[in-house]
Amino acid sequence: MKALHRKLFRDVVHMRGQLFAVALVVMCGVATFVTMVSVYQSLLATRAAYYQRYRFSDLFASVKRAPESVAREVETIPGVASVQSRIVMDVTLDVPGLGEPATGRLISLPDDREPLLNDIYLRRGARFDPGRSDQVIVSEAFALANRLSPGDSLGAILNGHLRRLRIVGVALSPEYVYEFSGRGSLFPDNRRFGIMWMSRDAMSAMFDMKGAFNDICLGLVPGVSGRGVMDRLNHMLDRYGSPGAYDRNDQMSARFLADELSQLRSSAVTVPVIFLGVAAFLLNIVLARLVGMQRDQIAVLKAFGYGDRAVGLHYFEFALFAVLVGAALGTGLGMWLGLGLTKIYTNYYRFPILTYVAGPDVIAWAIIIAGGAALLGALSAVRRAVKLPPAEAMRPALPQRFTAGPVERLGLTRFMGANTRMVVRSLERNPLKAFLSILGIALSVAILITGSFSYDAITYMNDLQFQTIEREDVTVVFNSGLSASAAYDLLNLPGVIRAEPFRSVPVKMRAMNHMRQLALQGLPSRSDLRRIVDSDRRRRMLPSEGVVLTTNLAQLLGVRVGDSVAVEVLEGDRSTRRLIVTGTVDELLGTSAYMEITALNRLMREQGTISGAYLAVDGKQAPELYEKLKRTPAVAGVAVRRASLESFEKTIAESQNITRFAIVIFAGVIAFGVVYNSARISLSERGREMASLRVLGFSKGEVALMLLGEQAILTVLAIPLGFGLGYLFSASISAAASSDLYRIPAVIAAATYARAAIMVVVASLFSALLVRRRLYRLDLVDVLKTRE
Amino acid sequence: MDDHARANPANTGAGGGDAVVFRVRNVSKIYTMGEVEVRALNDVSLELYNGELLVLLGASGSGKSTLLNILGGLDLPTSGHVTFRDQDLTAATEQQLTRYRRDAVGFVFQFYNLIPSLTALENVQLVTDVAVKPMPASEALAMVGLTERVGHFPAQLSGGEQQRVAIARAIAKRPDVLLCDEPTGALDFTTGKMVLDVIDRVNRELGTTTAIITHNAAIAAMADRVIRMSSGQVVETRRNEVKSAPEDLSW
Repeated sequence: MKALHRKLFRDVVHMRGQLFAVALVVMCGVATFVTMVSVYQSLLATRAAYYQRYRFSDLFASVKRAPESVAREVETIPGVASVQSRIVMDVTLDVPGLGEPATGRLISLPDDREPLLNDIYLRRGARFDPGRSDQVIVSEAFALANRLSPGDSLGAILNGHLRRLRIVGVALSPEYVYEFSGRGSLFPDNRRFGIMWMSRDAMSAMFDMKGAFNDICLGLVPGVSGRGVMDRLNHMLDRYGSPGAYDRNDQMSARFLADELSQLRSSAVTVPVIFLGVAAFLLNIVLARLVGMQRDQIAVLKAFGYGDRAVGLHYFEFALFAVLVGAALGTGLGMWLGLGLTKIYTNYYRFPILTYVAGPDVIAWAIIIAGGAALLGALSAVRRAVKLPPAEAMRPALPQRFTAGPVERLGLTRFMGANTRMVVRSLERNPLKAFLSILGIALSVAILITGSFSYDAITYMNDLQFQTIEREDVTVVFNSGLSASAAYDLLNLPGVIRAEPFRSVPVKMRAMNHMRQLALQGLPSRSDLRRIVDSDRRRRMLPSEGVVLTTNLAQLLGVRVGDSVAVEVLEGDRSTRRLIVTGTVDELLGTSAYMEITALNRLMREQGTISGAYLAVDGKQAPELYEKLKRTPAVAGVAVRRASLESFEKTIAESQNITRFAIVIFAGVIAFGVVYNSARISLSERGREMASLRVLGFSKGEVALMLLGEQAILTVLAIPLGFGLGYLFSASISAAASSDLYRIPAVIAAATYARAAIMVVVASLFSALLVRRRLYRLDLVDVLKTRE
Repeated sequence: MDDHARANPANTGAGGGDAVVFRVRNVSKIYTMGEVEVRALNDVSLELYNGELLVLLGASGSGKSTLLNILGGLDLPTSGHVTFRDQDLTAATEQQLTRYRRDAVGFVFQFYNLIPSLTALENVQLVTDVAVKPMPASEALAMVGLTERVGHFPAQLSGGEQQRVAIARAIAKRPDVLLCDEPTGALDFTTGKMVLDVIDRVNRELGTTTAIITHNAAIAAMADRVIRMSSGQVVETRRNEVKSAPEDLSW
């Protein structure tokens, strides 16, 4: 079948423009898929390798103070592979170049050997000298945020005394991929909170912990469930004031990372599947029309004795060519972008290792999905063509029956010129084809919207969180509960305009067999600086009794308003009490529980105790305020809203922008590929008609207007449909991406709609120009002479 | 006259064989075009004999193209039977028809229907690639006098040249029958005669049973036998006692 292959080759060369556009669509679909899925798989592999190599522990618990012998006892629990006891202390820091006080978490490292668990990766500098109480290794995030290097020093309040600590090294830890202070902040603030590692001997001496520890980590024997071990551990540690052991699911950094990765997975799966699906659908349409145009050649092949199978295979190969080129380009591009993106993520998460995996399964799937759909498209057209008896196929397709369509029946054509009337009739005559064209263009609008959606949603969340909910300038957290008058004392500090107290109590909340460890927040019912707000921005007042849960939390616990929950307080007398759920609030971020502050005080059987306060501050006096706070021993930490806003934006923006950029580019290419092919094919299909009109005396411009006018109407009709589809796609991503920590709202900015519409209109105009150029070059005689 | 021809198959003259190649019995073909029913063939019966050159004459719409398409296995009748030698074409499966077209039939169409993306030689090879006992493609092109133009694409050839490529393509497989649908319909007088000369030569030299359909009565003079059709029916069958050479035709 050499001649047939040569035909294949020549057809491919001849239709290279259109096939290239098809290949681009395949490329974008495949590239998106390979990029996103490979990044996800790589990050999973990297995380696993990181956790394993640096011996990230499986269980964690803290105590007030326990003798070292308890650690030996813990080792005997069946299923425990290794135990590392430590001393962990939060201290207030005076960081050079930082106005406000920062918090440092000092973690002890053994002096004589590497830790059995939670080892660190030393990025720069060296380890401290054994026993030195003035040397620390700091976490890289903290060092970078504060421009600290080995050799620099910073001030710390240790046991009431201001001391100078010298930085000897900069390190990473699997335990603090994200450095959460654990004080209810939803995002790490690397300037004001950092991890520091210090000699165990030095810390024992400094904090009166000789032969004792206040934190313990456990590694489990592979395959052992943490549940049983946790129960035994809790039993052992209870009398040492442990609030309860937790596993990696409740370890903030691990949990946040897991959430991030699962969110990435949802976008790694949902977005590419949508893209690939759209690309496949478009290929189906485009190839069906390309093959449909060759129906007379199919008839000739059949007339000369080529069987249906041979003819089918020929067009199959035609489609396969575009698909393979696209898939090869897409796989290459996808792996390149995937590796790049994995590097960026690895940097971003500060993983000391990089593992890039683009499994053959990923590539195979991408090609199967894109290729399968393309080939199906070609096959359905070939089947239609070969089904016709050759004698019939050799004649041009029968003219469609002309009946008056709805526009005509309504008499609207009276108001139209001959041109418009022809355009309208041509659309009405073949509504299915018109609909498929509209759907194709609409899908490209939709994926453009989908590409930008996550950014919009996050901007909305950001706005909601930091403009409507958190209105304070500064949050001050005390070392321990203080009396309500402390809030008034804060008012006396420089620049403080307003202070509103809050109470925060660590609790385990239970309902049926669900349990959640969280901080129960007590706020004044008319709290202004911190508001309780529904996702639709409606403000909610706290009822004077009972607890208000976020919708997420209520779902996790399986409770509704009117149900009761058991609350085990993890400080003080550690009693368990029951609370009635008196309301739910539809917050997007976090799983929180709120109570009116006096109700919470009653629950705690205390008199107006507060854990801290939200402050409204006069910006001009802020430096003075920070200086004062730094030197106030009762203050454990200070969070500045502007700073968390920045860190929020940085956290989100970095991880989102790159993907968003790639996705929008891909969506743009797909949109162009579709619009161009759609216009180009309708020129091929109707070239004869257009030439006839020219022969009848219509000008080039009039003829162009007729063909392109049709495209314009299709595009205009497609845009609103695309908006609807875009919203649906976005809603499905939002549903897939929501986690315990946050829910992504299905919010799309008006600008995103506008941008998608503009991009498709520009793609249409550009294709129109290309098609018009071809239309102007139509050889009238040539077109008309070969056929009746 | 009509009956006479059919009753005396031995008398078909020309290149010799007297065996029946095609037997058409009571064939009707009805097309439904939109809401209109068109009766293209109405109870047609006729025979084609081995080696003869038959001209099917008729105005446009007389049903001659439909008949030719049915003979070539490109279309099926609504009722009636067509046999090619011992094979019932009307009962054949799609595969059998494909086989039949591949091995037995050569087509020449009014509009050539060359594949635009293949050169003259490649268009012929398209057929020799799948044929059982083809002649070399270049030999077929030599027979139609196109040795010089084998590397040209259809768009680079004149209408007459394109039609000669189409004839080369049709004969290269050494078909049992050559079916020509208005082969000169799109050509001028001189070019048309040149094409007819090629068909005539193929008929004589290869002994290929040939059917030419045309609306041009002048062409009938080169046939062994002429069947005239009108409104889907055979209205006349006659034998030319003296065949004219194509170059002597005029219209």
